[in-house]
Amino acid sequence: MPDATPRGDADPITRDEVAHIAKLSMLDLSDEQLDLFTGQLAAVLEHAQDVEALDVHDVEPTHHPFGLVNVARADVVVPSLDRSEVLAQAPDVEDGRFRVPPALGEQP
Amino acid sequence: MSSANDEATELAITDPETAIAIASAVRAGDRSAREVIDTYLDRIAAHDGTIHAFNEVLVDRARARADAVDDTVAAGEDPGPLAGVPVALKDNLCTRGIATTCSSRILEGWLPPYDATVVERIEGAGGVVVGKTNMDEFAMGSSTENSAFGPSRNPHDTSKVPGGSSGGSSAAVAAGFAPLALGSDTGGSIRQPAALCGVVGVKPTYGGVSRFGLVAFSSSLDQIGPFSHTVADAAAMLEVIGGHDERDSTSIPQPVPSVTAALDQGCEGLRVGIIKELSGSGAGDHGVEGIAADVQARVTEAAERLEACGAVVGEASVPAAVYGLSAYYLIAPSEASSNLSRYDGVRYGLRVDGPSTAAMNTASRTAGFGDEVKRRIMLGTYALSSGYYDAYYGKAQRVRTLIIQDFAKAYEQFDVLLSPTSPCTAFELDAKTADPLMMYLNDVCTIPSNLSGDPAMSVPFGTGADGLPIGVQVLAPMLGEVDMFRTAAVLEHEAPAGGAAA
Repeated sequence: MPDATPRGDADPITRDEVAHIAKLSMLDLSDEQLDLFTGQLAAVLEHAQDVEALDVHDVEPTHHPFGLVNVARADVVVPSLDRSEVLAQAPDVEDGRFRVPPALGEQP
Repeated sequence: MSSANDEATELAITDPETAIAIASAVRAGDRSAREVIDTYLDRIAAHDGTIHAFNEVLVDRARARADAVDDTVAAGEDPGPLAGVPVALKDNLCTRGIATTCSSRILEGWLPPYDATVVERIEGAGGVVVGKTNMDEFAMGSSTENSAFGPSRNPHDTSKVPGGSSGGSSAAVAAGFAPLALGSDTGGSIRQPAALCGVVGVKPTYGGVSRFGLVAFSSSLDQIGPFSHTVADAAAMLEVIGGHDERDSTSIPQPVPSVTAALDQGCEGLRVGIIKELSGSGAGDHGVEGIAADVQARVTEAAERLEACGAVVGEASVPAAVYGLSAYYLIAPSEASSNLSRYDGVRYGLRVDGPSTAAMNTASRTAGFGDEVKRRIMLGTYALSSGYYDAYYGKAQRVRTLIIQDFAKAYEQFDVLLSPTSPCTAFELDAKTADPLMMYLNDVCTIPSNLSGDPAMSVPFGTGADGLPIGVQVLAPMLGEVDMFRTAAVLEHEAPAGGAAA
């Protein structure tokens, strides 16, 4: 991020920041979308100021409605999804595997 | 798009059959499941072109399932408590070999290789899946206008939205396309559309219904629940779909509460608190703003009716509830940005090719997701990013703790709480699409229960000044479904007859 300081009321999210977040999100936005989203995200983040302004340093965070601990099933073999049925849903397969364009090497 | 040329048509069913009556007749051999499903399919064929409740109607499959139910009855066996009952499923519930789109281009044409647990349980109980219902894309929205396949319409007035995100399911029940439907509720997505369509909608206790096979939006908030015409039908459905499932690690071990048995218990001595921060009277420094006067009047009237029936009514305070909306719109997008990272064009769904895997990933996501989904992914990515995590996501999680603590305090004094479900009645199409924050405000009364994990439901209770349905929300502590359904049953019995508000 260009600036890692939590923002105050005076500095709404910038167009450059929105473009950076879009890249992190693997989304390609048009110039019009960037303009539109910058204003819309700024409005939502401005509404979130009431949370940002709260002093809750002595409150424990809740990640989940109840104190969830890891759940493990019994270590026994059970049938899994049918391989051909799963692969039939893939855009491209080869030799029983998912096929993708080059993942390494020159990036556009 | 809505326009002045739109005919505002009323297509809500006025004398709906209940699921319980259908199942009873089918089990007794008095009616065939085939005749039942054909009646509903006829109504769908006549009116879903206008309502657009369904992304897909499973005509042949539904008839075949109905025939199988009839064969079971003919063989002298019991098909189960939902024998021959048509059920509409929100299109984010996986159905093996049947398209499950989440109303998104990115999943268009995807055929899940498994059924959601709730689908298995419904079919195991004799239910007949009639179709997959329209929704806001990936359940992100409050009007179904974020569907990639176009909006659904409110059967009470087709110029209005049905609410969302499960608006196709609520519209399906209200229009008489199915007596039961399932939706998912992450911030109010069952209760708000139920209120706007004049039907019952239930968000059970988090973990009370298995999420296995529910396409994930925000995993710590998502919960599946029923839509129905009556409180008793919702109770019957909850008893079918609820209970532990080892395939969902967040499924709670407790059995589903016996809600059907609670329906005739009345509310004598029940302690009922009106949440002041979610009431119009609490607006200003202490409460949320924007609760319409006619909606608030119905909540007050509901409390008076409960008091007349023996409940002890008072004012409850959940101060942190006013921060629920802000906390939710940091937490839910954060979880969504993680959950939706799986849509990368590799294993299923849309692929748009590119010269590299990364370019293909980006091109697929860019083409496959609609604007609201993009906004939420970006909002979550931002809230989770280094330097902002503590200020946004971290703070929101601490606010979540405050809301849980405030609810716990309120439930020391009260058995159930009351509030509006939606701050307003059904609104016009396009009224709020340009301003996401204005759309988010529809969820202000429903979000706190998702953050706390507690059950809550919407019960139809009269109409507003515009003649459209109003829902009253009944909230209960975790696993407090029995008291919640007791209260809902009384409200259903005491609800004012249709027509304009007094």
